[in-house]
Amino acid sequence: MSEPITALGGASADNGIATLAEAPLQGMITLRGDLTASAVKKAATSASGTAMPDQGMVTAEKDRALCWMSPDELLLLCPYDAVGETLDRMHKVLAKSHALAVNVSDARAMFRVSGVGGREVMAKLSPVDLAPDQFTPGMFRRTRLAQVPAAFWMPEEEAFHIICFRSQAQYVFDLLTVAAQPGSSVGVYQE
Amino acid sequence: MLILSCPVCGVTAEETEFQGGGEAHLKRFGPGASEDDFEGYLFMRENPRGVHFERWRHAYGCGKWFHAARCTTTLEVFGIYSAQTTEPPKDLRDKISEKRPNWAWREFE
Ligand SMILES: [Zn+2]
Repeated sequence: MSEPITALGGASADNGIATLAEAPLQGMITLRGDLTASAVKKAATSASGTAMPDQGMVTAEKDRALCWMSPDELLLLCPYDAVGETLDRMHKVLAKSHALAVNVSDARAMFRVSGVGGREVMAKLSPVDLAPDQFTPGMFRRTRLAQVPAAFWMPEEEAFHIICFRSQAQYVFDLLTVAAQPGSSVGVYQE
Repeated sequence: MLILSCPVCGVTAEETEFQGGGEAHLKRFGPGASEDDFEGYLFMRENPRGVHFERWRHAYGCGKWFHAARCTTTLEVFGIYSAQTTEPPKDLRDKISEKRPNWAWREFE
């Protein structure tokens, strides 16, 4: 068996205005289908142990989460080792539905940006209003970071989790490194 | 800066999160059409100074298509509406008339 590794081998940097770290291997399952269909809802909620997220939101419970991607797509997060078993359960529930559940864990990379400068680092790279009263924990946003697609949310105050394509992991980490470089604080969100 | 709101996922962002899809409400002319109709369908486009109707895709977001009515000079967005329609909704056309009396765009006014 080959040994699964993350895209950048756990790259990190903490000398700038925010702490950057590539996240460990993360299980991710894409679920596409009619999100109002009962079988699709059941597959999502029973596999994640969380409630269905509202539009533009994420719901989390212990080490699992459901992210709202579009009106016909959810992203389920679970431990990397639990993807196979979780997917089997979902496929059973979805057997008679027009829906698709696929393991995309190895197609993606994930980063964590934390610290007081985190908001500013994200705001430098995406066209999103990141004012503290506009983007809050619980919200989930698909957008771009500079020139590539990405999605992010705040698992707690002063922390962001970012998901991007694995092939663009180095580009995204380099972006974050530049946006967080020492002395680059603008102070726009500090009262 | 052009700021659009996606009617599908509710996100408001500036235009770089979206992708322009060209003029809205083109009527397709295919095999059997006259050469003039086919030429019009393929090549003839509006290029107004003022009210304009376009297709947009929320490319970096939910990925869905929608329609937008906007002013090409001020970048004011009059309204957004579903991709699943062949003409701008009546209430949106009325709203544009309030702001730009006597506007006309293709067969709409
Ligand atoms: Zn959207």
